[in-house]
Amino acid sequence: MADTVASPLVEMCDISIAFGGVKAVDRASLDLFPGEVVGLLGHNGAGKSTLIKILSGAYKPDDGEIRVNGQTASIRNPADAKKYGIETIYQTLALADNVDAAANVFLGRELLTRWGTLDDGAMEMQTRKVMARLNPHFHRFKMPVRALSGGQRQSVAIARAIHFDARILIMDEPTAALGPAETKQVADLVRQLKTEGIGIFLISHDIHDVFDLADRVFVMKNGRVVGSVRVANVTKDEVLGMIILGKCPPSATPGPGAVR
Amino acid sequence: MNDLLAKLEIDIRLVGMVAALGLVWIGFDYFTGGLFLTPRNLWNLSVQTASIATMSCGMVLVIVTRSIDLSVGSILGFAGMIVGVVQARFLPVDLGWGYDNHWIWLVAVLAGLGIGGLIGTIQGFIIAYLGVSSFIVTLGGLLVWRGAAWWVTQGQTVAPIDARFQMLGGGIKGSVGAPVSWAIGIVTTLLVIGLMLLARRRRIAYGFSIRPAWSEAAIYGVVAITILGVTWIFNAYYIPVSVARRIVEASGQVWPEGGVQIAHGYAIPVLIAIVAGILVSFLAIRTRFGRYLFAIGGNPEAAELSGIRTRRTQMLVFTLMGVLCGLAACISTARLQSATNATGTFDELYVIAATVIGGTSLAGGVGTIHGAMLGAVLMGSLQSGMLLLDMPTPLQNIVVGCVLVLAVWVDGVFRRRVG
Repeated sequence: MADTVASPLVEMCDISIAFGGVKAVDRASLDLFPGEVVGLLGHNGAGKSTLIKILSGAYKPDDGEIRVNGQTASIRNPADAKKYGIETIYQTLALADNVDAAANVFLGRELLTRWGTLDDGAMEMQTRKVMARLNPHFHRFKMPVRALSGGQRQSVAIARAIHFDARILIMDEPTAALGPAETKQVADLVRQLKTEGIGIFLISHDIHDVFDLADRVFVMKNGRVVGSVRVANVTKDEVLGMIILGKCPPSATPGPGAVR
Repeated sequence: MNDLLAKLEIDIRLVGMVAALGLVWIGFDYFTGGLFLTPRNLWNLSVQTASIATMSCGMVLVIVTRSIDLSVGSILGFAGMIVGVVQARFLPVDLGWGYDNHWIWLVAVLAGLGIGGLIGTIQGFIIAYLGVSSFIVTLGGLLVWRGAAWWVTQGQTVAPIDARFQMLGGGIKGSVGAPVSWAIGIVTTLLVIGLMLLARRRRIAYGFSIRPAWSEAAIYGVVAITILGVTWIFNAYYIPVSVARRIVEASGQVWPEGGVQIAHGYAIPVLIAIVAGILVSFLAIRTRFGRYLFAIGGNPEAAELSGIRTRRTQMLVFTLMGVLCGLAACISTARLQSATNATGTFDELYVIAATVIGGTSLAGGVGTIHGAMLGAVLMGSLQSGMLLLDMPTPLQNIVVGCVLVLAVWVDGVFRRRVG
């Protein structure tokens, strides 16, 4: 396989973080190759979102190392993560409801005129372009995003992640709030981004979401990685066994959380 | 109807506020037998409102970021004492500049802005970095700075106020006169219309939707009539004949038979408040800092995750609020022609009321500077009108309180209906 030859896009090595004595993530390691979709599965509270928020800069790990393209990366805040081309679509979408789509897409990275003021025209123009690709029927550019439907809000959050040449895309429960048609749209987008060589982390507590799209899955339980496995080499039931019992099938690479 | 208004991009809330203000004015004018809508009363109203309006600009930004500042009246009081002591004792006596120095007023103003900004920064630091809620920090500030204001002179009133400094408070010398007022009115009108035309051309260049030409033209008409109308009213308020005579004779001319009428024109404190409003508005709408304030108010977590330095931004809002309190302190001290430790008592309530009546949501994320300034004018109108009606002070407070609650309720109903 090509991706075993290429060097990983991201490696998270032995990451630990505790909140008030509770180990939310315990010595977790995972990796992601260019053009690969990696699913991160586990129950609610298994530590998936916390682990991924460390990669996106929202939390600082107590221990462990993150490498991007083989180099040690220092990610102390969300802005650092973005500098490494790591973009995140949060489960909550993390949109400022009171401002419009363009303001959200460019939040923290506003385009400025040569006088240093906000260039709203240019931002709206670029937002129109990226939204045309994601959601061609979208035209409520002057509305605060509060007034948009769930799918439209999702599009805005995705637009914000892909507009800035992401190399690593994190999608936390991307289809949780969507209908069937919009879910299919997101799946198509994931496939398209994959062909562009972007590495994608897909986080979900529902394996059906992930199974069709992912090349590999990592399973987490109680803050630890149970193991990782190529989707092609395993059945859904075996993955469910990993999620529920923490038991690795023979085809999987066991992690520190695996039951022996 | 709603679709039409949306297409015209007219701010319905603004129209509603102007209508409410119009009703209040007409009502007071009727009940005072025509005393309210006179150039004299409207001019006085504008000067009395200037200090509250200046502070309400900053309060909009504070409330937009889901904070509150209860200490503005006390900061005004303390900064006012500093401003007074600097110009009445420190510079002329302690430093030996004498009372007639040309720069005393400027140093006093800078001291006011500086002390206000410093206090705001300290409070902002405690709120943003130490994580104490703004309600508590500024409630503490309300007591601390009022006490500090007394301490500056052990409660003594500070006078005399520098003659040039007094111009910041209005009065005959603190007004710019008719010719300058007309120039300001005309230039501002042209500038506003020019900027709107420029914005329209940019939208056309990008291929975005624009207002129909007739509605755009109508808006230009309203802008011109408003600005020039206000200018005309202020230019219709003449200074007393005896004073006019003295001025004419002092300039070496002969007082003519029928006398001459000299207009006040815009009062300097009013111009200060308007300029402050324009600058803060610019900051809020056209800069990154302003965009971040609204984002923080809309969703603090999202702002943080976008890489915005939310703590620093929040602290700087309080710095700005403090600077505006310092500016308001200069206006109040100059207008009252003395500095007392009670100046600005209860101002925090009027400033917050003006801001909220002006459409700023206490839930954060929503608010406009021009709305808050209109709110300040509305509050000022109520006070001025009730004074003209000889209403007893307790009754005035009851009315103001009721109007505040009523206005916010109506606004909430409106918001739910129209969105």
